Amino acid sequence: MTTQDEVRREVREWLQANWNPDLSLVAWRTLLAESGWGVPGWPRQWYGRDLPAALTPVVDEEFAAANAVGVAKTGIRMLAAATLLEHGSDDQKKAFLKRILTGEDTWCQLFSEPGSGSDLAGATTRADFDGERWIINGQKVWTTSAHHADYGLLLARTDWDVPKHQGLTYVVLDMKQQGVEVHQLKQMNGHASFNQVFFTDAVVPADRIVGQPGGGWQVAMTTLAHERRGADGLRGANRDSGLKGSIYDEERAEIATVMAPYKWYPQRAGRVDLVLPTAKALGRLNDPVAVQEIARLLILAKTAEWTARRARAAQAEGRPQGPEGSLGKLAASEVARLAARVHTLIQGDQALLAGDDGAVDGMIAEVLLSVPATSIAGGTDEIQRNIISERVLSMPREPRADGGPFREVPRN
Amino acid sequence: MSFVLTDEQQQFRDVVRRFLDDQFSTRDVRRLMEPRAGFDEAFWGKLNRDLGLAGIIIPEDYGGQGFGYAELGIVMEEMGRSLVCAPYLSSAVLAADAVLTLGSEADRETLLPGLADGSLRGCLASQDYSGPECPGGVTTATAAQGGVRLNGIKDFVIDGHTANLLLVVARSADGESGCYRVSDTASGLDRRCLTTLDPTRKLARLTLTDVPAVSLGTPGSLESPLQAILDRATVALAHEMVGGAEKMLYSAVDYACTRRQFGRLIGSFQAIKHKCADLLLEIELAKSAAYRAAVAIDQHETVASLTASIAKCTASEAYLHAAAECIQIHGGIGFTWDHDTHLWFKRAKASEVMFGDPSSHRARALALWSDAI
Repeated sequence: MTTQDEVRREVREWLQANWNPDLSLVAWRTLLAESGWGVPGWPRQWYGRDLPAALTPVVDEEFAAANAVGVAKTGIRMLAAATLLEHGSDDQKKAFLKRILTGEDTWCQLFSEPGSGSDLAGATTRADFDGERWIINGQKVWTTSAHHADYGLLLARTDWDVPKHQGLTYVVLDMKQQGVEVHQLKQMNGHASFNQVFFTDAVVPADRIVGQPGGGWQVAMTTLAHERRGADGLRGANRDSGLKGSIYDEERAEIATVMAPYKWYPQRAGRVDLVLPTAKALGRLNDPVAVQEIARLLILAKTAEWTARRARAAQAEGRPQGPEGSLGKLAASEVARLAARVHTLIQGDQALLAGDDGAVDGMIAEVLLSVPATSIAGGTDEIQRNIISERVLSMPREPRADGGPFREVPRN
Repeated sequence: MSFVLTDEQQQFRDVVRRFLDDQFSTRDVRRLMEPRAGFDEAFWGKLNRDLGLAGIIIPEDYGGQGFGYAELGIVMEEMGRSLVCAPYLSSAVLAADAVLTLGSEADRETLLPGLADGSLRGCLASQDYSGPECPGGVTTATAAQGGVRLNGIKDFVIDGHTANLLLVVARSADGESGCYRVSDTASGLDRRCLTTLDPTRKLARLTLTDVPAVSLGTPGSLESPLQAILDRATVALAHEMVGGAEKMLYSAVDYACTRRQFGRLIGSFQAIKHKCADLLLEIELAKSAAYRAAVAIDQHETVASLTASIAKCTASEAYLHAAAECIQIHGGIGFTWDHDTHLWFKRAKASEVMFGDPSSHRARALALWSDAI
């Protein structure tokens, strides 16, 4: 059994021998991918070191101590990697995993459609096999980063004569081709982080199917489970070392591009961090009503954090990623909603001011106008409650009206 | 910080749960809630003979188990789940902690072995009754031959009318507060079992008129150690509430999965499912808070009071909410005396205000707030 100290010594020695800030970002990350230290929790065969989850923080600590740049982890690419690791063919892993880690490719997720949001399995974007390749036609929506993505994780219908969940296939789509058109979608908070993607005879080679034809739903579930656990693409994004050097500049530029659509995400989560400072500054801690509401919010946020930690600790003990992610997501919605209410209570009439006129440089207004997204994106609260009641509490499903061949199912 | 039970702790929980499932049911709750004693000597004896539960936080040197609040939390959760009626919170938690914290070495040697084996059933009378009979609500201790004399009225004393070891907090003429031992047969002691809305846990009012008493440890500035004792009892109570809340949720879910209306199980309606999902989240959050607070006690963290307040207000609200929704999901039958849900509902309601209601704990939490928890 490898110990924490052994791992620490090993990674430290490797960094001493290999870390070189004068390398280009891609060159360094290629070295990192080949060494297994970039993603030590991954299998040894695929750029990892089979390290148990409990030991990987040691590696992060050593990288931070050495100011060493890590592999690319922001954005949808990590969802792609997790899905390919679990369901991809060896050829697909060979083709994609390394370039995900080096940051050479960026990814997007093509699941939701105008006619299938919560009912994701009702997708009608079609993939038809012409004897050689799959031909894609249809429309996706809510696609973060589609405008600069190299590849998309696409859920498409390949069989219309079987029940809806059985007729879907999961493919990797090359976004840089004719037949793929991307349009930005402006949101109620003024930002434009998402896109609509239109396919007109777009092409997917036969060997780009992930899993089996008709088995797309199971693969998509893997992607979604990781999405719910990982809080979108925000992982690993909050590290701006401020260090000087070309490799750091390159990394900063990459993060800036990938993270641009996520700029308002802290606001949509409620910015609980702003509550105490603004309440203090405005003298609101003398108001017993405000005290109750602020305490309620801070306690909710803190207990949600502890609950997430409990779920992670259970996972580290070997329990698989389960529907607990849905509890965390539901908790995040509760926190965001309550935070919006508390910010309003603290600000009073100032809460109606926005932009340059608004409190905390307009941040509070952005919270108020962004929070409604939290209980929708990544699966609505209502869907999370279905998952929790059915999979954790083993309650019966609602009777469904969408059985039988998908062709005959009433739809939008 | 560990949030996951170790294998040993899990086994311990299984043992406690099996014992309580075998030995205690709501038939016993109904049998014990009417008489003012409120507990069963035989069951109390078995609980302590077979499992040694009364001595759980008492060090082994004094005949106890020497466990921490993680293990005590497990016991309390299981007792909350089974709605145990026994002088556990009063004796094994409050009195044992008071002797451990405030007592002299001689006090510990005299009292802890009896508390650990259950032959002593202690209570801690910390709260003063405030009313015309007792101006200012202060119980006083005046020096007398061989000890002190106590005068005053103590209120909300858990199991105060049945305990055979009474620990009473009082103030001397020079303003020092002390904790005093009073014999259950002392002259001038009047013990009255209060009528409360929760008959599953008995509370008493103690009226003391020139009651002879001896000091537990040395009188002095007891405010902070006494607060710490109450904080720890609050955490134990939070665990009990989490166990009761889980029981209420699963009772509701079980019913929703057997009851049919409109030709289908009512548990297949989202109106019911979503209620249950929300309850599960609320209970999981409260459970995390209770575990976190137990860790803070076991690790002697400075944030123990803060985490105790967080645990209390989250558990109070989760328990009452779960009990209320359990009645709602059962419908009319849930409001009947013969159905068991009201037993937990009453325990939930009484526990909500015991040791401070949720609002007071929220206010205290904010006053003590630290992000480093």
